[in-house]
Amino acid sequence: MSQPVIDIRDIAFAWKQGPQVLDIPAFRVDAGERVFLRGPSGSGKSTLLGLIAGVLAPQSGTIHVLGQDMSALSPSKRDRLRADHVGVIFQMFNLVPYLSVTGNVLLPLRFSPARRKAAGHDAEGEARRLLARLGLEDAQMLKRRVSDLSVGQQQRVAAARALIGAPELIIADEPTSALDADARDRFIGLLSEEVARTGASLLFVSHDASLAPLFTRAVDLAAVNQVMNRAGALA
Amino acid sequence: MSALFSLAWASLLNRKGSVILTIVAVALSVALFLGVEKARSGAREGFGNTISGTDLIVGAPTGSVNLLLYSVFRMGGATAEVSWPTYEKIASREDVAWTVPIALGDSHRGYRVMGTSPDYFEHYKFGGGQQLTFAQGEPFADLFDAVIGSEVARELGYTPETPVTLSHGLGAADLGSGHENRPFRIRGILKPTGTPVDRTVHVSLEAITAIHVGWESGAKNPLADTIPEEMIRSFDLTPRTVTAIFVGLERKGTILTTRRAINTNRSEPLMAIIPGEALAELWNVTSVAERALLAVSAFVIAVGLVSILTSILTSLNERRREMSILRATGARPHHIFLLLVFEAGLVGFLGAVLGIVLIHGLIAVLAPLLQAQYGVAFSMGAPGLVDLAVLGAVTAASLVIGAIPALTAMRRSLADGLSVRL
Repeated sequence: MSQPVIDIRDIAFAWKQGPQVLDIPAFRVDAGERVFLRGPSGSGKSTLLGLIAGVLAPQSGTIHVLGQDMSALSPSKRDRLRADHVGVIFQMFNLVPYLSVTGNVLLPLRFSPARRKAAGHDAEGEARRLLARLGLEDAQMLKRRVSDLSVGQQQRVAAARALIGAPELIIADEPTSALDADARDRFIGLLSEEVARTGASLLFVSHDASLAPLFTRAVDLAAVNQVMNRAGALA
Repeated sequence: MSALFSLAWASLLNRKGSVILTIVAVALSVALFLGVEKARSGAREGFGNTISGTDLIVGAPTGSVNLLLYSVFRMGGATAEVSWPTYEKIASREDVAWTVPIALGDSHRGYRVMGTSPDYFEHYKFGGGQQLTFAQGEPFADLFDAVIGSEVARELGYTPETPVTLSHGLGAADLGSGHENRPFRIRGILKPTGTPVDRTVHVSLEAITAIHVGWESGAKNPLADTIPEEMIRSFDLTPRTVTAIFVGLERKGTILTTRRAINTNRSEPLMAIIPGEALAELWNVTSVAERALLAVSAFVIAVGLVSILTSILTSLNERRREMSILRATGARPHHIFLLLVFEAGLVGFLGAVLGIVLIHGLIAVLAPLLQAQYGVAFSMGAPGLVDLAVLGAVTAASLVIGAIPALTAMRRSLADGLSVRL
């Protein structure tokens, strides 16, 4: 069996002086999987993504990402792991306002020599190919300021940015919550195609349970996070 | 590194309006500082270039700075004079190669009149050994000939043969104060030198004696005007006193012993100064004021730098999202830090460059005017070491100051994690 891309065991996390947010005995994502993680807002989804991306560290437990034990790595090693192997898509406002569309797509290559290498010598061409596959092929559009793009277009630019340089893991935090139903399905379809093409794994987080059929596997955060069960028991 | 640099550049371009204002603030402060510095070094250079080749200046005892100021720079006045026999004694010393006596005290329409010997045009040197040269005419030959500096000629519109009269004392206006009975004729006009020579009317020592016939009591005898010119020409016009003496030595090596010999002269108290040494003493006096001025303008630069800090700090809140995007796409905390430090450094660098361009442009345009109106000489020419040093210092200081917002942004981006709650 292949090595899991994400392997979480017995992690606990609380914000400084706050209540415990996460208590997850086990959670894993295997290579090539496209996992849908459902949870209502405030359920600790973004915190979990922060832990997986390595910008947060759990108080206890272990997180392995691509076989690396995150808690054993220094913050700067975790940063490097993320830069080289993880693409991130946010809910909204994904783009750096002072960079062009292609400038935004190429952004991860500035920080990761590994992804620069993977993108090949014609990085701009690769960026344009990715954008075209995501339905953004209008040369005029590529020259516009990113703030002039529609939300749907912005999210596709963000997806291209997450995909460039073929990282092994894409994590997406409610990327479709600002899109209408048509645009949402189209976005998830295009993203899934590209993830499948590059062989990456996808962890897609949303509160919208109706999206579950679009993925290879769906997980309810309430089912893996013991904190929510306890809260539910108290209510 | 260069990736971050281009990112910083793009970020600055995105905020053109406020960034340009900050750059202008830095530029103005740098221009002010360099302007003060250039006026200062220009003044020093101008003073230093005024006299050369003269080993000693001899006058009646006074302050050495004072003697230098009135004999060379036509500033202030002498309180006592040197008698003619003493002058002759100095002139005949074996270690003395040449002497040029000068007599000051009269003026022409605000310009000082200097009585001297024709040797003056041969021995007086300026700007590292340049000799006085004539634009028109020649040295004075007749008793009532005058040679004027270039500025006198330009300002008063004089040409050779123009008749002029002198005033007793240093009155700015020519109110007919005494010497209008003895008209002079312009004989020569000197080429510009950038020294007080340009603002001087030169006549012979004998002419000074001649126009003071009838003034023996210190004021004008009412009968003085009745003495005809022919009679004056027949008098012995050897001066009784001179104001100062420029001395050139046979050998430079004897300068200290010669000075000592003159300073300890028995028959009449004398004072001999070495021009360079007296100039250094003058700089000592003025350096306090110079330092104060430089300190004030350095503080203005500090204000300019603080404006960089302010503009970046105020932009940080709205850029919080941008920082977390950068973090998510792989930027490490030190990248965030460097990005903001580079932004500050770029603003400082561009401000300093603009300031240097500004002050050099201003000097190029205004220098002739300032020189003519106020006699302030600015050192012209291509940007020099001082400009480079200021450029370097301002850029370095901006980088250091940029560390403050950079640390704030770095700490925040660590606390924010991937998701900023907006």
